[in-house]
Amino acid sequence: MPDAYIFDHVRTPRGRGKPDGALHEVTSLQLATHALRALRDRNGLDTKLVDDVVLGCVDPVGEAGGDIARAAALNADYGHHVPGVQINRFCASGLDAVNFAAAQIMAGQHDMVVGGGVESMSRVGIGASGGAWPVEPEIAIKSYFMPQGVSADLIATKYGFSRDDVDAYAVESQKRAANAWEKGYFRNSVVPVKDVNGITLLDRDEHMRPSTDMQSLGQLKASFVQIGEMGGFDAVAMEAHPEIESINHVHHAGNSSGIVDGASAVLLGSRRAGRAAGLKPRGRIRAFANIGSEPALMLTGPVDVTEKVLKRAGMTVKDIDLFEINEAFASVVLRYHQAFDLDPDRVNVNGGAIAMGHPLGATGAMILGTVLDELERTGKQTALVTLCIGAGMGTATIIERV
Amino acid sequence: MNLKNFRFETDADGIALATWDSPGRSMNVITPEVMDELGRIIDKVAGDETIKGCVITSGKEAFSGGADLTMLQGLGAEYKRLVKAKGEEEAMRFFFEESRKLSLLYRRLETCGKPFAAAIHGVCLGGAFELALACHFRVLSDVDATRVGLPEIKVGLFPGAGGTQRVARLMQTGDALQMLFKGEQIRPLMAKNMGLVHAVASRDRIVETAKEWIRGGGKGIAPWDVQGFKLPSNKVYSPAGMQIWPPANAIYRRETHDNYPAAKAILQAVYEGLQLPMDRALTVESRYFAKILRSKEAAAMIRTLFVSMQELNKGARRPADVPPSKLRKVGVVGAGFMGAGIAYVTALAGMDVVLVDQTLEAAEKGKAYSHKLVSDQIMKGRAKTADRDALLARIRATADYADLKDCDLVIEAVFEDPKVKAEVIAKVEAVIRPRAIFASNTSTLPISGLAQSSARPKQFVGIHFFSPVEKMMLVEVIEGKKTGDRALAVALDYVRAIKKTPIVVNDARGFYANRCVMAYVREGHLMLMEGVPPAMVENVARQAGMPVGPLSLNDEVALDLALKILKATKAQVGPEAIDPAQEKLLVAMVEKEGRLGRKNRKGFYDYPENGPKRLWPGLAALQERKLDPDAIDVEELKQRFLVAQALEAARTVEEKVITDPREADVGSILGFGFAPFTGGTLSYIDGMGAAAFVELAKKLAKKHGDRFKPNRLLNRMARDGSTFYDAVARVAAAEAKKAA
Repeated sequence: MPDAYIFDHVRTPRGRGKPDGALHEVTSLQLATHALRALRDRNGLDTKLVDDVVLGCVDPVGEAGGDIARAAALNADYGHHVPGVQINRFCASGLDAVNFAAAQIMAGQHDMVVGGGVESMSRVGIGASGGAWPVEPEIAIKSYFMPQGVSADLIATKYGFSRDDVDAYAVESQKRAANAWEKGYFRNSVVPVKDVNGITLLDRDEHMRPSTDMQSLGQLKASFVQIGEMGGFDAVAMEAHPEIESINHVHHAGNSSGIVDGASAVLLGSRRAGRAAGLKPRGRIRAFANIGSEPALMLTGPVDVTEKVLKRAGMTVKDIDLFEINEAFASVVLRYHQAFDLDPDRVNVNGGAIAMGHPLGATGAMILGTVLDELERTGKQTALVTLCIGAGMGTATIIERV
Repeated sequence: MNLKNFRFETDADGIALATWDSPGRSMNVITPEVMDELGRIIDKVAGDETIKGCVITSGKEAFSGGADLTMLQGLGAEYKRLVKAKGEEEAMRFFFEESRKLSLLYRRLETCGKPFAAAIHGVCLGGAFELALACHFRVLSDVDATRVGLPEIKVGLFPGAGGTQRVARLMQTGDALQMLFKGEQIRPLMAKNMGLVHAVASRDRIVETAKEWIRGGGKGIAPWDVQGFKLPSNKVYSPAGMQIWPPANAIYRRETHDNYPAAKAILQAVYEGLQLPMDRALTVESRYFAKILRSKEAAAMIRTLFVSMQELNKGARRPADVPPSKLRKVGVVGAGFMGAGIAYVTALAGMDVVLVDQTLEAAEKGKAYSHKLVSDQIMKGRAKTADRDALLARIRATADYADLKDCDLVIEAVFEDPKVKAEVIAKVEAVIRPRAIFASNTSTLPISGLAQSSARPKQFVGIHFFSPVEKMMLVEVIEGKKTGDRALAVALDYVRAIKKTPIVVNDARGFYANRCVMAYVREGHLMLMEGVPPAMVENVARQAGMPVGPLSLNDEVALDLALKILKATKAQVGPEAIDPAQEKLLVAMVEKEGRLGRKNRKGFYDYPENGPKRLWPGLAALQERKLDPDAIDVEELKQRFLVAQALEAARTVEEKVITDPREADVGSILGFGFAPFTGGTLSYIDGMGAAAFVELAKKLAKKHGDRFKPNRLLNRMARDGSTFYDAVARVAAAEAKKAA
């Protein structure tokens, strides 16, 4: 079986996902095009060698609909022979795009594939693609559907994380992200987004609030109290976890992932394909896995999938130097620490989505790149990337430097 | 036209009037014959060029109560026959086609081309209101007795003749779902505000109003059949839909714990139906209706909450040869919480009440409770000041027993102490007339024992109310060893007069309902002592279908009372009759912690002055060990709650405390809210079959103790495959044979 190597990765900076965000005027297609072009140009890539472009996108409707991956490949002038496919596994779509690309290579059917993702949350809107899961009664009821924030609060309640715990985590995320930006740890991967005249629209993650402290977060009201009580979702949470007397709502905008716009792309290929293109591998996909987890908790999939992928790879938690778990909500990360008794200094060392934002379909490929950069910078070897996913799933990838 | 159920006439303007007036019935009911005649009326109106349109009204005091539920039961029997004869799918196809006939008939009316209008006076419910909804115009009389609604959900069904689809096209989806879930009877003005009907008029103007609408050019086309019709809440998959559906699904679970398939079918039928044109939407509704109609929940709920309850209310257990008693004046001795409630419900039913207590002040205080209750009704717009004045005028508060002299029935509700009761019995019997009946409202003392203090035990009976009296719909009528038929008949007539449902039970400690309740509460106590998290005990009990968790319930009743009963049982029956873990818990709570329940704001819960009650954090310290909640088998906890109660019910049958399964079932739902979707304690056993139940009970006994051991009766039923209701059917058949 051929190995799948990582040759390079790029991402856009993440723009605030609101009408006043710097990337709001950039279409989904342009965001994705931007990432694909950057990946090609900085590697002098002969796109004739690219077999497929796999892009994650969570709300693939409107301008992001109808297979944005093919449109982006064409628009980025990869050549008409380069096909594209858009995939959706909610928040892990970007990482799954990388894994799908790797799988094609490992299966020996493709030699070089781009995996990545795009999401313009400010333009398309979260939830714009609808879907049966929260709406159609049979599945919504069966799966204990609740908004992710209520599930995050359920995790905090069940596993004993207080408002102070989650806020403290958020403060730390901001600090780490600010430090990483200041020291230029992201410099190698973040490609500024420019307008048609070459004027830079954004060259830095726009969502960050480095001055965040416990006091400023303390001002914020928990976001999911009303929907939990009036919408009946607290009752759903307690029905699934009846040992709980009442839900402790702790999450708010300051300790949850930010809504942002962005795109990412990772170039993967076999060793032979890399050699043919004159590329030096930076990393190797060691293993990956997907799993379904308890749907009411919804966001504890990273724990389950980490166990699964480690077992598949014949590794233990000790064999992993760095963990990168998407900061969908603070409780998700705290539960991950708790489940594996992890030293926080090995997890999300350069901050995460609480500080920098979570452009849904793009994030997985972004944080894979972030942790690869960090492995190189610190001379470490292995990293595990994972994301929690709507409807109770988890995706994880183990990478190692070569 | 040769019609039996309708009078059909056409006026000079060419407007037909179909007056529904089924012969030999006090209430119009939808039967196959009525459906056939309605079909002919539709054909006539549609086909006769001289007829402009048709008004449907009723010739009775009410419009109609809806479909004959036994008609639906007959369909089930034919289905079972066909399964054997032609196989599952063919049988189902037949069942589906048959069960949707009413829906197709109404759709035929709606699309026949001529305008139909419904002129409604009195109650118009269920299938009858669905008929009205299919009409193009609806007018209600403004009389207080007029009510419309779709109450099917209350017996485990849902409106399957277009109700879900038409309601969801008349109002916002959220409002429609709420209406369909609640099944409430709606008053005229409210119905108009909700958009369910077009007009409200005085009773003598409803037919004319309907005719005016037709004369004025009213069209025979429903809004949803007009091109360009827009749903009141826009499309399901729209931003509006995303605001509606996820909470609706969550609220369904919150309100039903996913125990009621009919409620889920409403959601799914409306969800699917709103995405389809009307004809296909109705087909989908029919598919779910056929499925729900065959559900064991619907069968159980129809039997217990419709058929059996009606039979008990009509006096199924009343000695037939005693002439009906006319109760004019009722005495109530003891003006505490129970006595005051009894006085209120009695006066509310139009009887005069003599309310006696030791002092006039105490008696007046009891009467003041009635003042408060009617005032609450006035605040809610459900009563008028004059009603309060009239009701209070019927209650005479007094400290003089002599005032009881001309009472037809005297109910004592004094302190639960044999000595106190004996004194009261003597005092009352000294003044009442020889034919007057004496009733004791006791929850713990056997009636036969109390009757020993009576000089006239034949006229002595137990009437056991549940608290709070004005809310609880069940009354246990207890026959002592010497209670005579007339005393029993009077007690049942009285219960009927106050519009509650009686069950007749024989005399034994705890009678029926409280024994089951104690088994339920004990199970909660024991789970707590096993290390189940307190919230889980409470939440899982509600998930099992109980209205209140066992710890909450115990707080309401009082923990010291529970301990007192436990100690009494231990003293009288022996230490093996009680569970030491339960005793340990109650001793710790009551004697060490001084936690008595809601009454001192400290029980299993804390009751802060402001804010909701919270489980007492100290409970954790009383648990010697704590189980990992994720490792607990929640299904088994649910089973323990229901099985413990059902076993107790089966014991009361074996001990002949309960002699009729209908009473056990109705009594369990009305008396203590036993999971209504099961049809009651005994239907729960019948529903899974005695063999399966015995197996489950044995499994639980092995794991959790002898209290789960099935009794001889159940073991026998498991062997011979019989059911509790078989026995009833056999007895009825044998009696019929004897009579013939």
